[in-house]
Amino acid sequence: MKILAIEDEPQLLSNIKESLEKENFLVETASDYHSAIDKIFIYEYDCILLDIMLPNGNGLEILAELKKAGKNENVIIISAKDSLDDKLKGLELGADDYLTKPFHLAELNARVKAVLRRQKLDGKNTIEIANSVLDLKERTFMVDHKNIPLNRKEFDILNYFLLNKNRLVTKSALAEHVWGDNSDEADNFDFVYYQIKNLRKKLQSACADIEIESVYGIGYKLVEK
Amino acid sequence: MKLLNQSIKYLSLSILAIVTVWSVIFYFNLLNEIKSSIDEGLENYKRLIILNAQQDSTLLTKDYFDESFFAIRQIDKQQALSVKDNYLDTTLYMQDADDEEMEPEPVRMLVTAFELNGQYYELKVANSMVEEDDLVKELLSDVIWLYLTLIISIVVINNFALKKLWKPFYEFLNQLKEFRLEKNQVLPQVKTETKEFTDLQNAVNSLLQHATQTYEHQKEFIGNASHELQTPLAIATNKLELLIENGNLQNEQAENIAEVMQIIERLVRLNKSLLLLTKIENKQFLDNQTVSLNQVVGNCVNDLEEIASFKTVNISINESAELDSKMDASLANVMISNLLRNAIFHNIPNGNVSIEITKKAVNISNTGHPQKLDENLIFTRFYKPNSNSKGTGLGLAIVKAISVLYDFQVSYAFRDGLHNFKIDFPSA
Repeated sequence: MKILAIEDEPQLLSNIKESLEKENFLVETASDYHSAIDKIFIYEYDCILLDIMLPNGNGLEILAELKKAGKNENVIIISAKDSLDDKLKGLELGADDYLTKPFHLAELNARVKAVLRRQKLDGKNTIEIANSVLDLKERTFMVDHKNIPLNRKEFDILNYFLLNKNRLVTKSALAEHVWGDNSDEADNFDFVYYQIKNLRKKLQSACADIEIESVYGIGYKLVEK
Repeated sequence: MKLLNQSIKYLSLSILAIVTVWSVIFYFNLLNEIKSSIDEGLENYKRLIILNAQQDSTLLTKDYFDESFFAIRQIDKQQALSVKDNYLDTTLYMQDADDEEMEPEPVRMLVTAFELNGQYYELKVANSMVEEDDLVKELLSDVIWLYLTLIISIVVINNFALKKLWKPFYEFLNQLKEFRLEKNQVLPQVKTETKEFTDLQNAVNSLLQHATQTYEHQKEFIGNASHELQTPLAIATNKLELLIENGNLQNEQAENIAEVMQIIERLVRLNKSLLLLTKIENKQFLDNQTVSLNQVVGNCVNDLEEIASFKTVNISINESAELDSKMDASLANVMISNLLRNAIFHNIPNGNVSIEITKKAVNISNTGHPQKLDENLIFTRFYKPNSNSKGTGLGLAIVKAISVLYDFQVSYAFRDGLHNFKIDFPSA
């Protein structure tokens, strides 16, 4: 899987690269309009991460060029501008998703994987790890072919963890993903803890071969046993 | 008070003063003119009497006033020499057609002395005068009529002339009232040849142009500030996430990193809230549509249900009507969600949040700290009644800003141990 990250801020670019490489993606980078256009038209990518504000040009222009050339790569716009206008324009021009800076690396992972997964759907849409299967279409969770009932939030949390297997998911990334962007209160963390506790209990009693580990009290990590 | 009425007010007062002063002066001038004209007549009369007396000495014995209005009396030389021509205002008994008996009437009298054949005589000649109180009465009624005529004509002229003259001004004013910076309309324009109005139009339009520019710059600045702040915050968060992931940390180090991450999270939230607030206050949300508040409340409750039940707070909704409002859908969501979060997080174990939707209002009341909050402060930015609150202190300020934007009224009350927040939708 090849990913092109277009971003003019070198530090952010190296963070993105490092994080995605942990997922075994091949990551190439471009830091201005011209080099981005060059790479896009020479190589094929499975997913393009696109910053809107770029030196020498605008990310939306790149998107328009892609559309004109009839290339239908997956594009996720990454922008510091949380403006509805840009969002709508980007999605209209064929972008698949829109991520506002600052974002958690776990969130980026989840978005990239969701986009790639959507691309090669062959009727079913499931994530399988060890003896556990999460069916995203039916919203069911099976361990050893046995259905384990999860409530809505538990399902979303597990999905998020499965997209970030072996990766750190911080509490705030989790809170933001599952309870929305404007979760203002730190009280949410207690709630996250409570939900994780329930989920762990369910995984344990179903004898799932996955578990959720705590990481230094900052967050969690889902690992295979 | 309208300009038209103001001008009438000032004109009528000043005309009243002018007419009053003028009529007093006019009265005295008139009186003087009458007297001097009578005096000339008396002088002439005197000469004729003296001339006649030289031929007809019987005149010299006429010592009382009768039909011929003069009296002559012999005096000694000493007395005669001390007499000068003297005009007096006095009264004589007379009877007019409208009098039933003799009564004193005002007369003008000349008292003089003359010498005839070595004898000295005193002569009194009288002529009837206008009655001053009659004159005053007559004048007063004329003046009142004059005043009324003037005022009525001024009102009529004002109505026609001023209305016509000020028409371009009112047109311009109406266009100005409709003008909104954010909608990028053409500048207000009316056709007029009045210099003051073209000046006003130019001044206002250059001001508007300046304001539009400033507004555009500010919008641009907000976008840039957002970009400039969000990117470093993103880098910091991501670097720390990678640092932790790469492991090999002492517990104490990890705890420190966790604290730093939480501080950055707070910064991120603060920055986002401030940007939202600025955007609302700059009226950058104009995607107005008909929003069902019932639906918004339903969605928000749905989102917050689980966290509420975790905090053992019971939420109940009582909808007695459908409430629609014309506003931006995302702002409607932010407004209700902020109030609900507030009600849930500042609650007590086994507490309640009850939401009431009526035709014109959304009412959210909750159990909580048994003390009234300061209603003058709760909607201000960064107000935190207890300093250990981890919120940004901007939630209610945002609610307030949204309600100001759309002319809603948001109010707080503390009743029967319940904190009550109410949004009135006057236009709903």
